[in-house]
Amino acid sequence: MEDQGIIKDAVDKHGTENLIVVLGTPDAESAGIFAETVTIGDPAFSGPLAGVSLGLPVYHVLESEVKEAADPDVFEEEVGMMEISLDVEAISKEVSRFREKAEEIEDAG
Amino acid sequence: MFKGKKVLCIGERDGIPGPSIEKVVESAGGEPVLSVTQCFV
Repeated sequence: MEDQGIIKDAVDKHGTENLIVVLGTPDAESAGIFAETVTIGDPAFSGPLAGVSLGLPVYHVLESEVKEAADPDVFEEEVGMMEISLDVEAISKEVSRFREKAEEIEDAG
Repeated sequence: MFKGKKVLCIGERDGIPGPSIEKVVESAGGEPVLSVTQCFV
């Protein structure tokens, strides 16, 4: 909850243009909640981002788009083990769903 | 895709911590401007 305030402060400081969110959540459900919070707004309507549609592009660190952009050695060293143990396909599917919504928000705005 | 972009790295204790995300993002040419390792919901 308090991190929502930290995120909101960072967005206020840097603006939403040229800003990307990268998540490290352990499963699809939590990835979806985090992704929803930084795109549509806090789904629980209880934190500083309740009703705040930031529309930020959001990725999970294990998604193929991030892996392809990163240095292979660094990726392997930092998140290689988690790539094996987590359900990357389910996480990617959930996060990309909200990424599409963020694009819709950006197009509308 | 990260070149010239500022990045909020939101890690989680049970998943991947913020500092690891930071290193991956930096290696991809992004600029981490925030790194946290918690659950904010």
